Amino acid sequence: MTCLPEIKPGQKKLGLVIDLDTCVGCQACATNCKEWNTSGHSAPLPDFHPYSAGAEGVWFNRVHSFEAGEGEQGRTVHFPRSCLHCEQPACVTVCPTGASYKREEDGIVLVNHDTCIGCGLCAWACPYGAREMDEDAGVMKKCTLCIDRIYNETIPEERRIPACVATCPTQARHFGDLGDPESAVSKLVRERGGYDLMPEMGYKPVNKYLPPRKRATVQAKPVEDAPTSMDIKNPLLRWMDRVLTR
Amino acid sequence: MNPAGSIVFFTTASGAGYGLLYWLGLLRPLGLIPGDPWFGLVALGLALLLITVGLLSSLAHLGHPERAWRAISQWRSSWLSREGVAALLTYLPAVLFGIGLLGDIPALAAPMGLLAATSAMVTVYSTGMIYASLKPIRQWHHPLVVPGYLMLAAFSGAALLAMLAAFWGNGAVPAVLALLTGAGGVLLKTAYWRGIDTQPPEATAESATGLGQIGKVRPLDPPHTQTNYLLREMGFRIARKHAAKLRRIVLAAGFGLPMLLALLALLTGGAAAMALLTIGAVLALGGLLVERWLMFAEATHTVTLYYTGT
Repeated sequence: MTCLPEIKPGQKKLGLVIDLDTCVGCQACATNCKEWNTSGHSAPLPDFHPYSAGAEGVWFNRVHSFEAGEGEQGRTVHFPRSCLHCEQPACVTVCPTGASYKREEDGIVLVNHDTCIGCGLCAWACPYGAREMDEDAGVMKKCTLCIDRIYNETIPEERRIPACVATCPTQARHFGDLGDPESAVSKLVRERGGYDLMPEMGYKPVNKYLPPRKRATVQAKPVEDAPTSMDIKNPLLRWMDRVLTR
Repeated sequence: MNPAGSIVFFTTASGAGYGLLYWLGLLRPLGLIPGDPWFGLVALGLALLLITVGLLSSLAHLGHPERAWRAISQWRSSWLSREGVAALLTYLPAVLFGIGLLGDIPALAAPMGLLAATSAMVTVYSTGMIYASLKPIRQWHHPLVVPGYLMLAAFSGAALLAMLAAFWGNGAVPAVLALLTGAGGVLLKTAYWRGIDTQPPEATAESATGLGQIGKVRPLDPPHTQTNYLLREMGFRIARKHAAKLRRIVLAAGFGLPMLLALLALLTGGAAAMALLTIGAVLALGGLLVERWLMFAEATHTVTLYYTGT
Protein backbone atom coordinates (compact mmCIF):
# COMPACT_ATOMS: atom_id res chain seq x y z
CA MET A 1 0.00 0.00 0.00
CA THR A 2 1.64 3.22 -1.08
CA CYS A 3 -0.49 5.54 1.01
CA LEU A 4 1.63 6.70 3.93
CA PRO A 5 0.95 5.39 7.43
CA GLU A 6 -0.67 7.88 9.76
CA ILE A 7 1.90 9.65 11.94
CA LYS A 8 1.03 9.22 15.62
CA PRO A 9 2.58 11.24 18.45
CA GLY A 10 5.67 9.47 19.79
CA GLN A 11 5.98 7.58 16.51
CA LYS A 12 9.19 5.55 16.27
CA LYS A 13 11.40 7.05 13.56
CA LEU A 14 14.56 5.04 13.06
CA GLY A 15 17.28 6.88 11.21
CA LEU A 16 20.86 8.04 11.02
CA VAL A 17 22.65 11.12 12.26
CA ILE A 18 25.74 11.91 10.19
CA ASP A 19 28.45 14.12 11.62
CA LEU A 20 30.06 16.16 8.85
CA ASP A 21 32.60 17.47 11.35
CA THR A 22 34.24 14.13 11.94
CA CYS A 23 33.64 12.33 8.65
CA VAL A 24 37.02 11.86 6.98
CA GLY A 25 35.67 10.57 3.66
CA CYS A 26 37.37 7.19 4.00
CA GLN A 27 34.53 5.37 2.14
CA ALA A 28 34.44 2.60 4.77
CA CYS A 29 30.68 3.10 5.32
CA ALA A 30 30.00 2.80 1.59
CA THR A 31 32.19 -0.28 1.33
CA ASN A 32 30.72 -2.07 4.33
CA CYS A 33 27.21 -1.15 3.15
CA LYS A 34 27.90 -2.77 -0.21
CA GLU A 35 29.50 -5.77 1.48
CA TRP A 36 26.58 -6.40 3.84
CA ASN A 37 23.75 -5.63 1.46
CA THR A 38 25.05 -7.62 -1.47
CA SER A 39 24.25 -10.73 0.56
CA GLY A 40 21.38 -9.42 2.72
CA HIS A 41 17.74 -8.38 2.28
CA SER A 42 18.38 -6.69 -1.09
CA ALA A 43 20.97 -9.13 -2.40
CA PRO A 44 22.66 -9.07 -4.78
CA LEU A 45 23.84 -5.53 -5.53
CA PRO A 46 25.14 -6.06 -9.05
CA ASP A 47 28.27 -4.58 -10.60
CA PHE A 48 28.64 -4.19 -14.33
CA HIS A 49 32.08 -4.46 -16.03
CA PRO A 50 33.67 -4.74 -12.57
CA TYR A 51 37.17 -5.40 -13.90
CA SER A 52 37.29 -3.09 -16.92
CA ALA A 53 36.64 0.48 -18.00
CA GLY A 54 33.10 1.65 -17.25
CA ALA A 55 32.80 -0.28 -13.99
CA GLU A 56 29.59 0.68 -12.20
CA GLY A 57 27.08 -0.85 -9.86
CA VAL A 58 24.34 -0.41 -7.30
CA TRP A 59 25.37 1.26 -4.04
CA PHE A 60 23.12 2.49 -1.23
CA ASN A 61 25.65 4.92 0.15
CA ARG A 62 27.80 7.34 -1.82
CA VAL A 63 30.42 9.57 -0.20
CA HIS A 64 30.89 12.93 -1.93
CA SER A 65 33.42 15.63 -1.08
CA PHE A 66 32.64 19.33 -1.25
CA GLU A 67 34.43 22.61 -0.74
CA ALA A 68 32.40 25.16 1.17
CA GLY A 69 33.25 28.80 1.75
CA GLU A 70 36.18 30.91 0.60
CA GLY A 71 39.67 31.67 1.91
CA GLU A 72 40.30 31.14 5.59
CA GLN A 73 36.69 30.16 6.19
CA GLY A 74 36.83 27.55 3.43
CA ARG A 75 36.41 23.89 4.37
CA THR A 76 36.64 20.54 2.70
CA VAL A 77 33.64 18.52 3.82
CA HIS A 78 33.10 14.84 3.19
CA PHE A 79 29.47 14.07 2.67
CA PRO A 80 27.92 10.58 2.78
CA ARG A 81 24.60 10.44 0.89
CA SER A 82 22.03 7.67 1.41
CA CYS A 83 18.28 7.21 1.92
CA LEU A 84 16.94 9.66 4.53
CA HIS A 85 13.80 7.55 5.29
CA CYS A 86 11.66 10.70 4.90
CA GLU A 87 8.41 11.30 6.73
CA GLN A 88 6.83 12.45 3.47
CA PRO A 89 8.49 10.13 0.97
CA ALA A 90 7.07 10.84 -2.50
CA CYS A 91 9.06 7.80 -3.68
CA VAL A 92 6.44 5.74 -1.83
CA THR A 93 3.28 7.57 -2.88
CA VAL A 94 4.19 7.61 -6.62
CA CYS A 95 4.69 3.84 -6.69
CA PRO A 96 1.92 2.35 -8.89
CA THR A 97 2.15 -1.19 -7.49
CA GLY A 98 2.53 -0.82 -3.75
CA ALA A 99 6.03 -2.32 -3.91
CA SER A 100 7.46 0.78 -2.30
CA TYR A 101 6.28 1.30 1.27
CA LYS A 102 6.99 3.01 4.57
CA ARG A 103 6.82 0.76 7.61
CA GLU A 104 4.31 1.89 10.18
CA GLU A 105 6.24 0.49 13.15
CA ASP A 106 9.59 2.24 12.62
CA GLY A 107 9.31 4.46 9.53
CA ILE A 108 11.83 2.53 7.43
CA VAL A 109 11.20 2.94 3.68
CA LEU A 110 11.53 -0.36 1.81
CA VAL A 111 10.91 -1.92 -1.60
CA ASN A 112 9.25 -5.28 -2.10
CA HIS A 113 11.38 -6.75 -4.89
CA ASP A 114 8.74 -9.37 -5.69
CA THR A 115 6.13 -6.82 -6.76
CA CYS A 116 8.33 -3.98 -8.10
CA ILE A 117 7.81 -3.53 -11.85
CA GLY A 118 11.00 -1.52 -12.30
CA CYS A 119 9.33 1.61 -13.73
CA GLY A 120 11.87 3.90 -12.08
CA LEU A 121 9.32 6.55 -11.09
CA CYS A 122 10.35 6.39 -7.40
CA ALA A 123 13.96 7.22 -8.33
CA TRP A 124 12.70 10.28 -10.23
CA ALA A 125 10.60 11.28 -7.22
CA CYS A 126 13.54 11.19 -4.76
CA PRO A 127 15.35 14.57 -4.60
CA TYR A 128 18.35 12.94 -2.93
CA GLY A 129 19.16 10.21 -5.45
CA ALA A 130 18.77 7.53 -2.80
CA ARG A 131 17.33 4.86 -5.08
CA GLU A 132 19.28 2.96 -7.67
CA MET A 133 17.85 0.55 -10.22
CA ASP A 134 19.21 -2.99 -10.22
CA GLU A 135 19.28 -3.28 -14.00
CA ASP A 136 20.18 -6.94 -13.73
CA ALA A 137 17.08 -7.94 -11.75
CA GLY A 138 14.88 -5.17 -13.21
CA VAL A 139 13.81 -3.86 -9.79
CA MET A 140 14.56 -0.78 -7.69
CA LYS A 141 16.87 -1.10 -4.70
CA LYS A 142 17.64 1.19 -1.80
CA CYS A 143 19.02 1.49 1.72
CA THR A 144 17.05 -0.71 4.14
CA LEU A 145 18.65 0.84 7.23
CA CYS A 146 20.08 -2.69 7.51
CA ILE A 147 16.74 -4.06 8.57
CA ASP A 148 18.35 -7.50 8.44
CA ARG A 149 20.91 -6.44 11.08
CA ILE A 150 19.01 -4.18 13.44
CA TYR A 151 16.34 -6.79 14.19
CA ASN A 152 18.61 -9.80 13.71
CA GLU A 153 18.51 -11.96 16.82
CA THR A 154 21.19 -14.31 15.52
CA ILE A 155 23.96 -11.72 15.91
CA PRO A 156 25.21 -10.24 19.20
CA GLU A 157 23.12 -7.32 20.43
CA GLU A 158 25.89 -4.74 20.13
CA ARG A 159 26.14 -5.51 16.41
CA ARG A 160 22.45 -4.86 15.74
CA ILE A 161 23.18 -1.51 14.09
CA PRO A 162 23.46 -0.60 10.39
CA ALA A 163 26.67 -1.76 8.70
CA CYS A 164 27.71 1.80 7.86
CA VAL A 165 27.42 2.85 11.53
CA ALA A 166 29.25 -0.24 12.80
CA THR A 167 32.23 0.31 10.53
CA CYS A 168 32.76 4.08 10.78
CA PRO A 169 36.28 4.57 12.21
CA THR A 170 35.58 8.12 13.40
CA GLN A 171 32.09 7.48 14.78
CA ALA A 172 30.68 10.03 12.38
CA ARG A 173 27.53 7.95 11.97
CA HIS A 174 24.92 7.41 14.68
CA PHE A 175 21.81 5.25 14.61
CA GLY A 176 18.71 5.53 16.75
CA ASP A 177 15.09 6.58 17.19
CA LEU A 178 14.68 10.18 16.10
CA GLY A 179 11.02 10.09 17.11
CA ASP A 180 12.00 9.83 20.78
CA PRO A 181 13.16 13.28 21.99
CA GLU A 182 15.16 11.65 24.82
CA SER A 183 17.15 9.25 22.61
CA ALA A 184 20.91 9.76 22.26
CA VAL A 185 20.56 10.70 18.58
CA SER A 186 17.81 13.26 19.28
CA LYS A 187 19.97 14.86 21.99
CA LEU A 188 22.93 14.94 19.61
CA VAL A 189 20.82 16.68 16.96
CA ARG A 190 19.68 19.26 19.52
CA GLU A 191 23.17 19.91 20.88
CA ARG A 192 24.92 20.19 17.55
CA GLY A 193 22.18 21.90 15.50
CA GLY A 194 21.46 18.95 13.23
CA TYR A 195 19.56 19.84 10.08
CA ASP A 196 17.52 18.45 7.16
CA LEU A 197 18.81 18.26 3.59
CA MET A 198 16.75 20.27 1.05
CA PRO A 199 13.98 21.18 3.52
CA GLU A 200 12.34 23.25 0.74
CA MET A 201 11.35 20.01 -1.01
CA GLY A 202 9.01 19.22 1.87
CA TYR A 203 9.98 15.54 2.21
CA LYS A 204 10.80 15.90 5.94
CA PRO A 205 13.87 13.64 6.08
CA VAL A 206 14.29 11.60 9.27
CA ASN A 207 18.08 11.38 8.91
CA LYS A 208 19.89 14.47 10.16
CA TYR A 209 23.27 15.97 9.36
CA LEU A 210 25.48 17.66 11.95
CA PRO A 211 27.34 20.70 10.60
CA PRO A 212 31.15 21.01 10.75
CA ARG A 213 32.10 22.77 14.02
CA LYS A 214 33.19 26.38 13.76
CA ARG A 215 36.94 26.88 14.07
CA ALA A 216 37.91 28.32 17.49
CA THR A 217 40.27 30.93 16.07
CA VAL A 218 41.24 31.96 12.62
CA GLN A 219 44.64 30.48 11.99
CA ALA A 220 47.65 32.77 11.46
CA LYS A 221 48.50 33.56 7.90
CA PRO A 222 51.30 31.36 6.53
CA VAL A 223 54.62 33.24 6.51
CA GLU A 224 55.90 33.98 3.04
CA ASP A 225 58.86 31.85 2.20
CA ALA A 226 61.88 34.23 2.08
CA PRO A 227 64.93 32.98 0.19
CA THR A 228 67.87 31.99 2.37
CA SER A 229 71.40 32.72 1.36
CA MET A 230 71.73 29.07 0.21
CA ASP A 231 69.00 29.66 -2.42
CA ILE A 232 71.14 32.26 -4.19
CA LYS A 233 73.41 30.62 -6.70
CA ASN A 234 75.39 33.67 -7.85
CA PRO A 235 78.35 34.13 -5.38
CA LEU A 236 78.34 37.93 -5.85
CA LEU A 237 74.61 38.21 -5.07
CA ARG A 238 74.99 35.78 -2.15
CA TRP A 239 77.69 38.01 -0.68
CA MET A 240 75.50 41.13 -1.19
CA ASP A 241 72.56 39.33 0.48
CA ARG A 242 74.74 38.47 3.46
CA VAL A 243 76.03 42.05 3.75
CA LEU A 244 72.59 43.61 3.43
CA THR A 245 70.99 41.16 5.86
CA ARG A 246 73.51 42.04 8.56
CA MET B 1 16.43 13.47 -17.56
CA ASN B 2 17.16 10.58 -19.90
CA PRO B 3 14.62 10.54 -22.76
CA ALA B 4 13.76 6.83 -22.89
CA GLY B 5 12.62 6.04 -26.44
CA SER B 6 9.72 3.90 -25.26
CA ILE B 7 8.29 6.72 -23.13
CA VAL B 8 8.78 9.40 -25.79
CA PHE B 9 6.99 7.19 -28.31
CA PHE B 10 4.26 6.31 -25.79
CA THR B 11 3.31 9.90 -24.94
CA THR B 12 3.32 10.91 -28.62
CA ALA B 13 1.38 7.94 -30.00
CA SER B 14 -1.07 7.42 -27.13
CA GLY B 15 -1.48 11.19 -26.74
CA ALA B 16 -2.49 11.48 -30.40
CA GLY B 17 -4.76 8.43 -30.06
CA TYR B 18 -6.54 9.86 -27.01
CA GLY B 19 -6.80 13.25 -28.76
CA LEU B 20 -8.36 11.59 -31.79
CA LEU B 21 -10.77 9.63 -29.59
CA TYR B 22 -11.64 12.83 -27.71
CA TRP B 23 -12.57 14.80 -30.82
CA LEU B 24 -14.33 11.84 -32.46
CA GLY B 25 -16.50 11.14 -29.42
CA LEU B 26 -17.28 14.81 -28.94
CA LEU B 27 -17.87 15.97 -32.54
CA ARG B 28 -19.79 12.98 -33.89
CA PRO B 29 -22.90 13.41 -31.72
CA LEU B 30 -22.79 17.10 -32.61
CA GLY B 31 -22.81 16.23 -36.33
CA LEU B 32 -19.68 18.28 -37.02
CA ILE B 33 -17.78 15.47 -38.78
CA PRO B 34 -18.89 12.99 -41.48
CA GLY B 35 -21.74 10.83 -40.15
CA ASP B 36 -20.80 7.75 -42.18
CA PRO B 37 -20.41 4.84 -39.68
CA TRP B 38 -17.33 3.67 -41.61
CA PHE B 39 -15.65 7.00 -41.06
CA GLY B 40 -16.33 6.65 -37.36
CA LEU B 41 -15.03 3.09 -37.29
CA VAL B 42 -11.82 3.93 -39.18
CA ALA B 43 -11.15 6.92 -36.92
CA LEU B 44 -11.91 4.86 -33.80
CA GLY B 45 -9.72 2.04 -35.10
CA LEU B 46 -6.79 4.42 -35.67
CA ALA B 47 -7.28 5.98 -32.23
CA LEU B 48 -7.31 2.60 -30.46
CA LEU B 49 -4.35 1.39 -32.53
CA LEU B 50 -2.25 4.41 -31.54
CA ILE B 51 -3.32 4.12 -27.90
CA THR B 52 -2.56 0.40 -27.74
CA VAL B 53 0.79 0.58 -29.54
CA GLY B 54 1.78 3.44 -27.24
CA LEU B 55 0.75 1.60 -24.08
CA LEU B 56 2.61 -1.54 -25.18
CA SER B 57 5.67 0.59 -25.91
CA SER B 58 5.53 2.04 -22.40
CA LEU B 59 5.74 -1.51 -21.02
CA ALA B 60 9.14 -1.83 -22.69
CA HIS B 61 10.35 0.78 -20.21
CA LEU B 62 9.68 -1.55 -17.27
CA GLY B 63 12.16 -3.89 -15.63
CA HIS B 64 9.34 -6.43 -15.22
CA PRO B 65 6.67 -5.90 -17.93
CA GLU B 66 4.92 -9.14 -16.90
CA ARG B 67 4.07 -7.54 -13.54
CA ALA B 68 2.51 -4.46 -15.17
CA TRP B 69 -0.97 -5.53 -14.04
CA ARG B 70 0.03 -4.65 -10.50
CA ALA B 71 0.29 -1.00 -11.52
CA ILE B 72 -3.48 -0.47 -11.43
CA SER B 73 -3.67 -1.12 -7.68
CA GLN B 74 -2.41 2.14 -6.10
CA TRP B 75 -4.79 4.67 -7.66
CA ARG B 76 -5.34 6.25 -4.25
CA SER B 77 -1.88 7.80 -4.19
CA SER B 78 -0.10 7.29 -7.51
CA TRP B 79 -0.74 9.24 -10.73
CA LEU B 80 0.98 6.48 -12.71
CA SER B 81 -1.52 4.01 -11.30
CA ARG B 82 -4.41 6.39 -12.03
CA GLU B 83 -3.16 6.72 -15.60
CA GLY B 84 -3.16 2.92 -15.92
CA VAL B 85 -6.69 2.64 -14.54
CA ALA B 86 -7.98 5.46 -16.77
CA ALA B 87 -6.22 4.00 -19.83
CA LEU B 88 -7.83 0.58 -19.31
CA LEU B 89 -11.28 2.03 -18.45
CA THR B 90 -11.23 4.08 -21.68
CA TYR B 91 -11.37 0.88 -23.73
CA LEU B 92 -14.81 0.08 -22.32
CA PRO B 93 -16.82 3.06 -23.67
CA ALA B 94 -14.58 3.10 -26.77
CA VAL B 95 -15.52 -0.48 -27.68
CA LEU B 96 -19.21 0.18 -26.94
CA PHE B 97 -18.92 3.33 -29.08
CA GLY B 98 -17.58 1.10 -31.87
CA ILE B 99 -20.48 -1.33 -31.47
CA GLY B 100 -22.88 1.61 -31.65
CA LEU B 101 -21.20 2.78 -34.87
CA LEU B 102 -21.12 -0.70 -36.40
CA GLY B 103 -24.78 -1.40 -35.63
CA ASP B 104 -25.71 2.21 -36.47
CA ILE B 105 -27.33 2.70 -33.02
CA PRO B 106 -27.06 6.45 -32.27
CA ALA B 107 -28.61 5.91 -28.82
CA LEU B 108 -25.54 3.85 -27.89
CA ALA B 109 -22.89 5.58 -30.03
CA ALA B 110 -23.59 9.14 -28.82
CA PRO B 111 -23.36 8.63 -25.03
CA MET B 112 -20.50 6.13 -25.32
CA GLY B 113 -18.63 8.53 -27.61
CA LEU B 114 -18.95 11.31 -25.05
CA LEU B 115 -17.92 8.96 -22.25
CA ALA B 116 -14.90 7.77 -24.24
CA ALA B 117 -13.96 11.42 -24.92
CA THR B 118 -14.12 12.26 -21.21
CA SER B 119 -12.18 9.15 -20.29
CA ALA B 120 -9.50 9.94 -22.89
CA MET B 121 -9.08 13.42 -21.44
CA VAL B 122 -8.81 12.03 -17.90
CA THR B 123 -6.09 9.62 -19.06
CA VAL B 124 -4.01 12.37 -20.67
CA TYR B 125 -4.50 14.55 -17.59
CA SER B 126 -3.18 11.69 -15.42
CA THR B 127 -0.16 11.27 -17.70
CA GLY B 128 0.62 14.96 -17.31
CA MET B 129 0.21 14.76 -13.54
CA ILE B 130 2.80 11.95 -13.30
CA TYR B 131 5.39 14.50 -14.41
CA ALA B 132 3.87 17.61 -12.82
CA SER B 133 3.81 15.97 -9.38
CA LEU B 134 7.59 15.36 -9.28
CA LYS B 135 9.06 18.15 -7.15
CA PRO B 136 12.74 17.30 -7.68
CA ILE B 137 12.43 18.06 -11.43
CA ARG B 138 11.57 21.75 -11.65
CA GLN B 139 10.97 21.73 -15.44
CA TRP B 140 8.23 19.15 -14.89
CA HIS B 141 6.88 20.49 -11.61
CA HIS B 142 5.54 23.45 -13.56
CA PRO B 143 1.94 24.69 -13.88
CA LEU B 144 2.07 24.56 -17.71
CA VAL B 145 3.07 20.88 -17.95
CA VAL B 146 -0.44 19.39 -17.60
CA PRO B 147 -2.10 21.97 -19.91
CA GLY B 148 0.73 21.19 -22.36
CA TYR B 149 -0.04 17.47 -22.35
CA LEU B 150 -3.76 18.14 -22.88
CA MET B 151 -3.20 20.73 -25.61
CA LEU B 152 -0.69 18.59 -27.53
CA ALA B 153 -3.00 15.56 -27.42
CA ALA B 154 -5.89 17.74 -28.64
CA PHE B 155 -3.73 19.20 -31.41
CA SER B 156 -2.35 15.91 -32.73
CA GLY B 157 -5.80 14.29 -32.41
CA ALA B 158 -7.44 17.12 -34.36
CA ALA B 159 -4.74 16.91 -37.07
CA LEU B 160 -5.39 13.15 -37.45
CA LEU B 161 -9.18 13.59 -37.45
CA ALA B 162 -8.92 16.37 -40.06
CA MET B 163 -6.85 14.06 -42.26
CA LEU B 164 -9.39 11.23 -42.03
CA ALA B 165 -12.40 13.54 -42.41
CA ALA B 166 -10.87 15.01 -45.59
CA PHE B 167 -11.02 11.54 -47.13
CA TRP B 168 -14.75 11.51 -46.36
CA GLY B 169 -15.09 14.91 -48.00
CA ASN B 170 -15.50 17.17 -44.98
CA GLY B 171 -12.45 17.96 -42.89
CA ALA B 172 -13.31 21.60 -42.23
CA VAL B 173 -14.29 21.47 -38.54
CA PRO B 174 -11.35 19.32 -37.33
CA ALA B 175 -8.98 21.37 -39.53
CA VAL B 176 -10.17 24.55 -37.79
CA LEU B 177 -9.72 22.78 -34.44
CA ALA B 178 -6.19 21.74 -35.44
CA LEU B 179 -5.48 25.39 -36.26
CA LEU B 180 -6.84 26.59 -32.91
CA THR B 181 -5.16 23.92 -30.78
CA GLY B 182 -1.94 24.38 -32.79
CA ALA B 183 -2.00 28.08 -31.94
CA GLY B 184 -2.73 27.14 -28.32
CA GLY B 185 0.20 24.72 -28.40
CA VAL B 186 2.58 27.39 -29.71
CA LEU B 187 1.48 29.83 -27.01
CA LEU B 188 1.73 27.21 -24.25
CA LYS B 189 5.11 25.88 -25.32
CA THR B 190 6.69 29.31 -25.75
CA ALA B 191 5.32 30.41 -22.37
CA TYR B 192 6.57 27.15 -20.83
CA TRP B 193 10.05 27.52 -22.31
CA ARG B 194 10.26 31.13 -21.18
CA GLY B 195 9.09 29.96 -17.75
CA ILE B 196 11.69 27.24 -17.27
CA ASP B 197 14.47 29.46 -18.67
CA THR B 198 13.84 32.25 -16.18
CA GLN B 199 12.63 30.25 -13.15
CA PRO B 200 15.34 30.13 -10.46
CA PRO B 201 16.09 26.61 -9.17
CA GLU B 202 14.32 25.89 -5.89
CA ALA B 203 17.12 23.79 -4.40
CA THR B 204 20.82 24.63 -4.52
CA ALA B 205 24.07 22.84 -3.72
CA GLU B 206 24.00 24.83 -0.46
CA SER B 207 20.57 23.54 0.59
CA ALA B 208 21.27 20.03 -0.73
CA THR B 209 24.29 19.71 1.56
CA GLY B 210 23.26 22.18 4.27
CA LEU B 211 26.75 23.66 4.03
CA GLY B 212 25.48 27.06 2.89
CA GLN B 213 26.10 28.34 6.44
CA ILE B 214 29.83 28.09 5.68
CA GLY B 215 29.64 29.66 2.23
CA LYS B 216 29.39 28.79 -1.42
CA VAL B 217 29.44 25.02 -1.99
CA ARG B 218 31.44 23.40 -4.81
CA PRO B 219 31.74 19.68 -5.54
CA LEU B 220 35.33 18.56 -5.03
CA ASP B 221 35.53 14.78 -5.39
CA PRO B 222 32.74 12.63 -6.82
CA PRO B 223 31.94 9.37 -4.97
CA HIS B 224 32.77 7.31 -8.05
CA THR B 225 35.00 7.80 -11.06
CA GLN B 226 32.69 6.10 -13.58
CA THR B 227 29.05 6.79 -14.33
CA ASN B 228 26.09 5.21 -12.50
CA TYR B 229 22.33 4.76 -12.81
CA LEU B 230 21.64 8.17 -11.26
CA LEU B 231 23.86 10.03 -13.71
CA ARG B 232 22.65 8.10 -16.74
CA GLU B 233 18.99 8.47 -15.79
CA MET B 234 18.92 11.92 -14.19
CA GLY B 235 22.11 13.60 -15.34
CA PHE B 236 21.36 13.45 -19.09
CA ARG B 237 22.90 16.51 -20.72
CA ILE B 238 23.22 15.96 -24.47
CA ALA B 239 20.22 17.95 -25.67
CA ARG B 240 20.62 21.16 -23.72
CA LYS B 241 23.34 22.22 -26.14
CA HIS B 242 20.87 22.02 -29.02
CA ALA B 243 17.79 23.11 -27.09
CA ALA B 244 17.30 26.43 -28.92
CA LYS B 245 17.58 24.77 -32.34
CA LEU B 246 15.27 21.91 -31.38
CA ARG B 247 12.69 24.35 -30.01
CA ARG B 248 12.66 26.16 -33.36
CA ILE B 249 12.25 22.81 -35.16
CA VAL B 250 9.29 21.95 -32.91
CA LEU B 251 7.63 25.32 -33.51
CA ALA B 252 8.22 25.31 -37.28
CA ALA B 253 7.79 21.65 -38.24
CA GLY B 254 5.53 20.46 -35.43
CA PHE B 255 3.15 23.40 -35.22
CA GLY B 256 3.77 26.06 -37.94
CA LEU B 257 3.74 23.87 -41.03
CA PRO B 258 0.78 21.67 -40.02
CA MET B 259 -1.20 24.82 -39.24
CA LEU B 260 -0.26 26.38 -42.59
CA LEU B 261 -1.23 23.17 -44.38
CA ALA B 262 -4.55 23.03 -42.52
CA LEU B 263 -5.24 26.61 -43.57
CA LEU B 264 -4.46 25.79 -47.22
CA ALA B 265 -6.66 22.69 -46.99
CA LEU B 266 -9.55 24.82 -45.74
CA LEU B 267 -9.12 27.12 -48.74
CA THR B 268 -8.70 24.40 -51.39
CA GLY B 269 -10.78 21.44 -50.16
CA GLY B 270 -11.17 18.21 -52.15
CA ALA B 271 -8.25 15.96 -53.08
CA ALA B 272 -5.70 18.68 -52.30
CA ALA B 273 -7.06 18.86 -48.75
CA MET B 274 -6.53 15.09 -48.34
CA ALA B 275 -2.85 15.41 -49.28
CA LEU B 276 -2.25 18.60 -47.32
CA LEU B 277 -3.88 17.34 -44.11
CA THR B 278 -2.09 13.97 -44.36
CA ILE B 279 1.30 15.70 -44.59
CA GLY B 280 0.20 18.03 -41.79
CA ALA B 281 -0.71 15.14 -39.48
CA VAL B 282 2.60 13.34 -40.12
CA LEU B 283 4.55 16.56 -39.48
CA ALA B 284 2.58 17.24 -36.29
CA LEU B 285 3.39 13.77 -34.92
CA GLY B 286 7.05 14.09 -35.93
CA GLY B 287 7.27 17.51 -34.28
CA LEU B 288 5.69 16.14 -31.13
CA LEU B 289 8.26 13.34 -30.97
CA VAL B 290 10.98 16.01 -30.92
CA GLU B 291 9.03 18.06 -28.36
CA ARG B 292 8.55 15.06 -26.05
CA TRP B 293 12.23 14.18 -26.36
CA LEU B 294 13.18 17.75 -25.52
CA MET B 295 10.78 17.76 -22.56
CA PHE B 296 12.88 14.99 -21.03
CA ALA B 297 16.29 16.14 -22.19
CA GLU B 298 15.83 19.69 -20.87
CA ALA B 299 14.62 18.56 -17.46
CA THR B 300 17.10 18.61 -14.58
CA HIS B 301 16.94 16.65 -11.33
CA THR B 302 18.09 17.84 -7.90
CA VAL B 303 20.41 14.81 -7.52
CA THR B 304 22.82 16.47 -9.96
CA LEU B 305 23.38 19.17 -7.31
CA TYR B 306 25.50 16.60 -5.48
CA TYR B 307 27.54 15.80 -8.56
CA THR B 308 27.92 19.06 -10.48
CA GLY B 309 26.64 21.67 -8.03
CA THR B 310 23.92 22.75 -10.48
